[in-house]
Amino acid sequence: MIANYGYKDGSGEYYISIDTDKCTSCTAGRACLTACPKGMFEIITDDYDDEVAAVKQAFRRSLAFDCTDCKPAGGYTSLPCSAACTPGAIKHSW
Amino acid sequence: MITAGIDMGSRTVKVVFLEELKVDGAPQLRWGVKGKHIMFPEDLDPDQAADKAFEDALKGAGIARDQITRVVSTGSGRKQVKFANADVTEVGAGARGAVFMCPTAKTVVDVGAEEGRGVKANAEGKVVDFAGNEKCAAGAGAFAESMSRALQLSLKEFGEASLRSDKTIPMNAQCTVFAESEVVSLIHSATPKEDIAKAVLDAVASRVCAMVRRVGIEDEVVLIGGMVHNPGFVQSLKVALGVDKVHLPDMPEYISALGAALIAADGEAA
Amino acid sequence: MTAGEKKEYWRWQETCWIDESKNWRDAKIITAGIDVGSVSSQAVICVDGELYGYNSMRTGNNSPDSARNAINGVLEKSGMKLEDVTYVIGTGYGRVNVPFAHKAITEIACHARGANYMGGNTVRTILDMGGQDCKAIHCDEKGKVTNFLMNDKCAAGTGRGMEVIADLMQIPIAELGPRSFDVDEEPEAVSSTCVVFAKSEALGLLKAGYSKNKVIAAYCQAMAERVVSLIERIGVENDFFITGGIAKNPGVVKRIEKLLGTKAVETKLDSQIAGALGAALFGYTLMQKQGASAKAA
Repeated sequence: MIANYGYKDGSGEYYISIDTDKCTSCTAGRACLTACPKGMFEIITDDYDDEVAAVKQAFRRSLAFDCTDCKPAGGYTSLPCSAACTPGAIKHSW
Repeated sequence: MITAGIDMGSRTVKVVFLEELKVDGAPQLRWGVKGKHIMFPEDLDPDQAADKAFEDALKGAGIARDQITRVVSTGSGRKQVKFANADVTEVGAGARGAVFMCPTAKTVVDVGAEEGRGVKANAEGKVVDFAGNEKCAAGAGAFAESMSRALQLSLKEFGEASLRSDKTIPMNAQCTVFAESEVVSLIHSATPKEDIAKAVLDAVASRVCAMVRRVGIEDEVVLIGGMVHNPGFVQSLKVALGVDKVHLPDMPEYISALGAALIAADGEAA
Repeated sequence: MTAGEKKEYWRWQETCWIDESKNWRDAKIITAGIDVGSVSSQAVICVDGELYGYNSMRTGNNSPDSARNAINGVLEKSGMKLEDVTYVIGTGYGRVNVPFAHKAITEIACHARGANYMGGNTVRTILDMGGQDCKAIHCDEKGKVTNFLMNDKCAAGTGRGMEVIADLMQIPIAELGPRSFDVDEEPEAVSSTCVVFAKSEALGLLKAGYSKNKVIAAYCQAMAERVVSLIERIGVENDFFITGGIAKNPGVVKRIEKLLGTKAVETKLDSQIAGALGAALFGYTLMQKQGASAKAA
């Protein structure tokens, strides 16, 4: 399952996608939990009883603002969360 | 040499004339001759509105049209000012005007009714980087306007009320429409108006602050746009940015028009 | 919703229905799903995995009462008691506050399951337009979610956004759809996505001489474009099914179908019950599994 956390508003589209099939058998030791400087990820048991990472509820409506520190206006080359997730389950839409 | 800047917004047209004076051989700029025109429904044609505003401002300043060497337009309707020689974005004009007014500042925070943004400028007032949250009322003055209506306070009272509160209540809703219901339930649970006002202004400030942090805070900070008039917001912004002082230029609503006039003078000099 | 408001243009029809042709007393397994949303609450009762009855009403001041009121409607109409229901699953925004529920499941999974029942197992894409959120879901032939997104940050494309325009135009919400087709020519969509800006844009159009119907059409088109742009993030695979309150607004649905170039699967059932129905069906599957494992043991 691809779980897209985030939103689209007038200013743009802000989603963090987690591919739960790649996530449930994590080979990165759940590195996303500590990689995000804001601690935006958590491990949940989803509706199909898989243990997977998810973006915490508190951040799902404000990603455009919460991710700004990792996304300076001048551009960036890599993001801590997707770099830490070696199975490649975490992607940003913007 | 006299140049003009026209800021063509969605509701108002603002005109600034800028004159270069020779004082002891060194060129100096004088500005302040300005005109503001509120658009009415009958001015549906923006080109007409711009023309009318420009004529009125010329008359008010006692300047003839042919004395103006160059006109630069800015604002959301900048392309509709047919008699302008060139146009410049609001970001560029705002930064140029703000740094001219506050030369010690390089970080320009622009919060108007419809958008909030952070701009990093160089010493000449040229834009180095900017980050904004356009087209969503949540990070802009419209959010505060809407909540002040829900509280039945004028925007001025709203800002002043916020200063009387030392509480920090987080707003859960990000959207202006949803936040209105949240404010209504805060009112129902007998939360004091000043605490709600502060919660709202803190929320706008934190969103604007996130944009400013994307460009980085360099040297001093100057705030432009309609929210300059809101002391509660200025206070919340200072706390959010972690700075002691935020410069507030005189005549904040004319900063973009001034910036356009300055850019017109630059173009003339070049 | 201030006290001084004379007419509530946003108010929609509440419904309670049971299938008189079925006798619940003969059933082996009775399950219920309770969907407590931010705006509406639904209770669905299934007998042996088949829809038996439902109740759909506006969410009250708190989730537990809304859940109780919702299920009481169906119970009273059928003469059932809460004790007759074997298993209850809560879903929706207030799912953890359903006092008599045995389990909570997210509305994403429940909507997919419910749509799979209502629109058939060929449904692959579900669009749920709720009161305060909008979801786009892909599912497989069993109604299991394969891809989803949910937007509850922004009022654009939600029922709340539609209520704002109903209030602004002072026209009952159920009339908006039909009125949006009663125009001399189809206008361009309102350009602002943000409901706040769209509202001032709509006022501007009225001032510029647009009829109310034409403004509503421009707004319905904007809403359709908005939700289509949401679905496009995950893509559309047929069959396509729409759930939630806005599914009842042809002004938006027809325009979505036109933009996507595909027809939504029609259903005689109330589009708002999909979440609660899915929850009740999840309960049935769970009970079947438990029964099977009890027999095996």
